[in-house]
Amino acid sequence: MLKARGLTKTYGDTEVVRGLDLEVRRGECFGLLGPNGAGKTTTLRLLLGLIEPDAGSIELAGIAVPQRAREARMKVGVVPQMDNLDPDFSVRENLLAYGRYFGMGKAAVAARVPELLDFAGLASKADAQISQLSGGMKRRLTLARALVHDPDILFLDEPTTGLDPQARHLIWQGLRRLIGAGKTIVLTTHFMDEAERLTDRLAILDHGRVVAEGAPRGLIESHIEPAVVEVFGEGLADWTEHHAVRLCQRFETVGETLFCYTSTPDTVIDALRHAPALRYLHRPSNLEDVFLKLTGRDLRD
Amino acid sequence: MSHFFRLPRLSWRFVPVWQRNYLVWKKLAIPSILGNLADPMLYMLGLGYGLGSLLPNVGGMPYLTFLAAGTVAYSTMNAATFEVLYSSFSRMHVQRTWDAILNAPLTLDDVMLGELTWAASKSLLSGLAILAVIWGLGLYGNFWMTLWIVPVVALVGFCFGGMGLVMNALSPSYDFFLYYFTLVITPMVLLCGVFFPVSQLPAAVQGVSAWLPLTHAIDLARPLVVGTVPDNVALHVMALLIYGSLGYIIALALTRRRLLK
Repeated sequence: MLKARGLTKTYGDTEVVRGLDLEVRRGECFGLLGPNGAGKTTTLRLLLGLIEPDAGSIELAGIAVPQRAREARMKVGVVPQMDNLDPDFSVRENLLAYGRYFGMGKAAVAARVPELLDFAGLASKADAQISQLSGGMKRRLTLARALVHDPDILFLDEPTTGLDPQARHLIWQGLRRLIGAGKTIVLTTHFMDEAERLTDRLAILDHGRVVAEGAPRGLIESHIEPAVVEVFGEGLADWTEHHAVRLCQRFETVGETLFCYTSTPDTVIDALRHAPALRYLHRPSNLEDVFLKLTGRDLRD
Repeated sequence: MSHFFRLPRLSWRFVPVWQRNYLVWKKLAIPSILGNLADPMLYMLGLGYGLGSLLPNVGGMPYLTFLAAGTVAYSTMNAATFEVLYSSFSRMHVQRTWDAILNAPLTLDDVMLGELTWAASKSLLSGLAILAVIWGLGLYGNFWMTLWIVPVVALVGFCFGGMGLVMNALSPSYDFFLYYFTLVITPMVLLCGVFFPVSQLPAAVQGVSAWLPLTHAIDLARPLVVGTVPDNVALHVMALLIYGSLGYIIALALTRRRLLK
């Protein structure tokens, strides 16, 4: 459905995307993860043919991009990172206007509007102004707008950033329905739980290249020990020196917390029972641990 | 910059962009028309009668007629300029409407052509309103000749729409547009024969005036009001076309650099 080979994009002296390879199969939900500035949004813009790569090739829905980007975009729906609904139009008019940009006739768009409003849970808001909508409603309308021309593939750039948990769950439900309906989805996110929940496969991007790729479970199993014990409290340095080095397969001290990665958490916890001043949290390792292991803990802004 | 430059690729995809602006305008058409027209109309009538009563005859015609012909061009220029400066800037920069449209199968060439044709359409209305006053007050020489003013006005709208889009592409904020008005638009109003004949200016200034697009617009409009065939029609039409097209082409490259990098 989507193939990119050796994508490169340079701005001035900075290589934002450096030889990126991606492949997304039909009907798959694919995640692009990465810290801020890893090149996620630039990659999406390249894939859509909005900007031209300095090197590399892209095939989107079987169509060469950027050479035939216009045709390719006919088959793609986009939910951008920042809401850009048309504030001069009502909810319904936003959908009608967007359909026209795809060359759809008035009757054809109008016929799709009830279904789209229903999908977005906005049937009762059809004539509301955009300024009257909550953040979650705007996102849902943006998602519905991206579906107006019934695209095969959907690009979502951080679809739930800035939403409250209720609104996020509604968006996730919507996306699951689309996946169920056979749409191909490419989404960027820096919420690891979102990626774990929704994606079949994902690529972790850093400094403009893919540092790991695979199914969320598979990535966790292949990159990291199955359990994490987070330890904090008085005497941590001492405990680290005497016990962590021995008990943890891998450990990391971040600020006042020790992250102990292990496949035998019970022995670690047994040892911690003898250090009552220390507190701990035992949990299965997750995608966030993989992400932090691969991209480091430094702030990127 | 060089790789952002390339000749526009025109397509009919610009029509929904024009239509989008039209539909939004239609919602507020009446106040918008009144707001756009009251100002030039008041100037024209106030100065035309007030100042005109002191003047025997300007450029071989009553001052009100002289001023009305200048106002057709001036009002069209203003309407087109305001549209591509403030309104297009809102859509491009503030509301991000262009970004949304660019995710559909439209290119920036289409979006900006839609904006340009819309600005020309809206300014056509401003020019026509002044023309209606000319008809109403019987300020014309030959009614059928005045009908040629309609395409002239559309061309003037295209010309200043294209030029204004360059400012739109360069502007960091609304405040920037004031420079364009004080450094380009207002001097043109004073140098191009809206209020008084260019022949009253020093020779050197007349030389400058001859190059300005508003002069070409007025050189077409004024004879048509009076009822004579303008001199050098081809020259004036070409000048307006070139200013507008160059503006569009340069604006496209600058906006590409701004949005699609």
